[in-house]
Amino acid sequence: MWRVGLVFGAVAWFVSLAGLVEALHARWVVDGVFSAGQALLVLLLAASGWVGARRSGATLAARLGAGTVAGATAGFCLGLLAWLGAHVNLRAMFINASPVLFELLLRGRPPESGWAANLLVGAALGLAGSLVGVAPAGLVRPLLAGLAGALGLGLFQDLVLLILQPEALTSVREWLFVAGGGPTVQGVLAAATASAAGAGLRPAVKTLAPGASLPPRAAQVVWSLVGVALLATLPVAGGPFVAQVLVIVGLYTLMGLGLNLEVGLAGLLDLGFVAFFAIGAYTVGLLTSTGEHGIAHWSFWAAVPVAVLVSLVAGVVLGIPVLGIRGDYLAIATLGFGEIVRLLVLSDALRPWLGGSQGVLAIPKPVVAGFELSGPQHLYYLTVVASAVVAYVAWRLQDSRLGRAWMAIREDEDVAEALGINLVSVKLLAYGLGAAFAGVGGAIFAVMVGSVFPHSFQLLISIQVLALIIVGGMGSIPGVLVGSAVLIGLPELLREFGEFRFLVYGAALVAMMLLRPEGLLPAAAQRRELHAEVEAEPQSAQLAAGTATEGR
Amino acid sequence: MGSVAAGAVRHPVVRRLSFVDAFLWAFRLAVVLVVVWGTVGTLRLGRYTGEQWVDFVVFGLAQGGIYALIALGYTMVYGILRMINFAHGEVFMSGAYTAYFVAAPLAASGFLNRHPILSLLLLVAVAAVVSTGVAVLVERVAYRPLRRAPRLVPLITAIGASFFLQYAFRGLYGSGFKAYPEFELFKGEWQVLGIGILRTQAVVLASAAVLMFALYQFVMRTKVGKAMRAVSEDKDAAALMGIDVDRIIVLTFAVGGAAAGAAGILYALVFKQVHFFMGFVPGIKAFTSAVLGGIGNIPGAMLGGLFLGVVESVGPALFLDGLGIVAPYQLKDVIAFTMLVMVLIFRPQGILGERLAAKRA
Repeated sequence: MWRVGLVFGAVAWFVSLAGLVEALHARWVVDGVFSAGQALLVLLLAASGWVGARRSGATLAARLGAGTVAGATAGFCLGLLAWLGAHVNLRAMFINASPVLFELLLRGRPPESGWAANLLVGAALGLAGSLVGVAPAGLVRPLLAGLAGALGLGLFQDLVLLILQPEALTSVREWLFVAGGGPTVQGVLAAATASAAGAGLRPAVKTLAPGASLPPRAAQVVWSLVGVALLATLPVAGGPFVAQVLVIVGLYTLMGLGLNLEVGLAGLLDLGFVAFFAIGAYTVGLLTSTGEHGIAHWSFWAAVPVAVLVSLVAGVVLGIPVLGIRGDYLAIATLGFGEIVRLLVLSDALRPWLGGSQGVLAIPKPVVAGFELSGPQHLYYLTVVASAVVAYVAWRLQDSRLGRAWMAIREDEDVAEALGINLVSVKLLAYGLGAAFAGVGGAIFAVMVGSVFPHSFQLLISIQVLALIIVGGMGSIPGVLVGSAVLIGLPELLREFGEFRFLVYGAALVAMMLLRPEGLLPAAAQRRELHAEVEAEPQSAQLAAGTATEGR
Repeated sequence: MGSVAAGAVRHPVVRRLSFVDAFLWAFRLAVVLVVVWGTVGTLRLGRYTGEQWVDFVVFGLAQGGIYALIALGYTMVYGILRMINFAHGEVFMSGAYTAYFVAAPLAASGFLNRHPILSLLLLVAVAAVVSTGVAVLVERVAYRPLRRAPRLVPLITAIGASFFLQYAFRGLYGSGFKAYPEFELFKGEWQVLGIGILRTQAVVLASAAVLMFALYQFVMRTKVGKAMRAVSEDKDAAALMGIDVDRIIVLTFAVGGAAAGAAGILYALVFKQVHFFMGFVPGIKAFTSAVLGGIGNIPGAMLGGLFLGVVESVGPALFLDGLGIVAPYQLKDVIAFTMLVMVLIFRPQGILGERLAAKRA
């Protein structure tokens, strides 16, 4: 079991040396006592115990022992890191191996005894983790929910503080948070108790009063009303910062819906997707700009349909050459197209028309009946309306004849063709419509920023959009919303986290494919397939779940 | 497809295809026109001397040698697993970036210039070891559990692994450019047949040639190499012959990683800096080389790399300058990416290609 401990120890080394621990150390979970960086290490040690316990013998003692050994090994690794940090100048190589990190690991002890302390703490946490591993689910769920609640209050304190901004809530705010600092002890305890109680009571409520919940139809109506009310009031309550975050989430949702048609429904992995976002943005920029590159000085509303049309045509035109390419070759070819578009826009050769690296400036804000949609709080509503329209179109497309044709070519192109599906038109429609959706996003992006530069359209955007679709669940429209909220919204709220965002995206892509390939909110078809698979092969369900569903 | 008789029977299909075909022909024609028009224009302008052209070609060959070394990793992995190891560019980066932390103290102590050859070998060894480690780790974590998954799944994990590695190294080593120390010995020019050739480029080209030769011999002559070829022919049959397929796959990643690590040092010699993002573009170009030469085909990858390097180096001056395009060197990567796209579209089996493309579907 020490091997599990070594793996977790290596992970702990990595998050420490990559700067993640120190970055999170800047945020208190309990003010002055316990930081998010410490929480990360504690969770890693406990997780090693949990995995160790699950991987080992049947008896309780063996499991607890294994967990303790795994935790102790991981703690030993951390102690070793602290010792090394005290004796060798690791900073010559690892830029983030700062004194703050080692101070955090040793907590004021000399490295020699700090080592033993780390080992003991690791063993204790490993034992705790293995206890969670062997405890019954009814106990574990509230416990984990309580932990999540406690951590959540600390991690998202900016958001909570924004909500508690009004005068009337001052006393609540002061009870929950130290002025200008993190959550208070009683605040954390309250958050933990509330979440634990919520999670603990839910099954009880369900079993005691099955009739208490609304009939599904009415529940749907109630929930959608709540959703609409939340969407309408959130930016007003949260202020410009929250509105800005929500606009960005909305733009990624638009792109996600577009790419979802291509990847999720039609199975065409497009890595050059950002090109269409760029084309939408540049079209609006060029048509409306009052600066030197503006060609028409149109209003935003006149330019949007043109931008959508141009993106759609671009999608089809770039789609035609890649019609015959499948799978990974398609991904690389589209990546090539995306980079070609970006490099051309950036080049001096096209500078007279597109502005080169300076971009197109002075894009006016949209005007509705004499009222200018200037700040993010106004543009937010534009984004919501656009996303709603696009989501509706996507939803209608999904179960249409076309949507079913897309899913057929996703499963097997040859069979689909044999069934009489016209691959050329169906694929081109996927490319064109997906690009058009991204074009809408690009158009709003152009007026939001007020200028467009080639640097806004890096390959990273395509990867982010892909990641949010995968995390949300391929082919699922609610999944796109969840994915963009989780992958785009949360990191914006966790500012310290900013530079590690892509690290987490990469890890999320790998982890999702390994552990939950269907995504957080899977589409119905995908879920059905996975269930069939799990039933057929119960013993290998752990790792193989879903990965082998479409087998070759 | 394409024979007249078949076309007559499947009339509607052919009519639909013809519109796509017409588009593709227009695309080909446009590229050919640009190349011809640009070349004629450049040659009529006569802006470049013969010596400059030689410089372009030599630089292209040196760069192409680097691409070829990276491409070997793509092509070997593809040959065995039929998957694109998207993270291979990052494997290349990890070695060169880590070896910087050996090179810098060596240069500071003066050892680098007292024993340049020994230092170079040491750096190559460090880079190769690190890259091998990263490649094997990626295989273990991201690819092996998904061996039987649908095609899209390992590709997505590969993209994820690629970005994870980029930002992992950014977190570990920082986001700035690091200036690689220069070797005094490799400064200046050597006269070969009356032509001055930059020493760095000669060293890079020679090292790449030696490494490629060694690798080719390894794959063709050794027992492990034979096992690799057997696994890439037919995994199941190879397993029946008593070959440990998993072990051979790990070895393939390791050998590809070592070649990429060595290529990383050569790259640092030419461009004299390293960065966490340095693997991306060379990675794509090396992939292009692998496809150009017919993916799965080792000599093909070498030829493809050299070819791509030369075209990319000569291209901006030869094709684009003559068209009167401003600052054609900014479009160097556009030439490479256009070649990538065109190869994938028109000749996915590559120049030397085995017909893997047909088998894949």
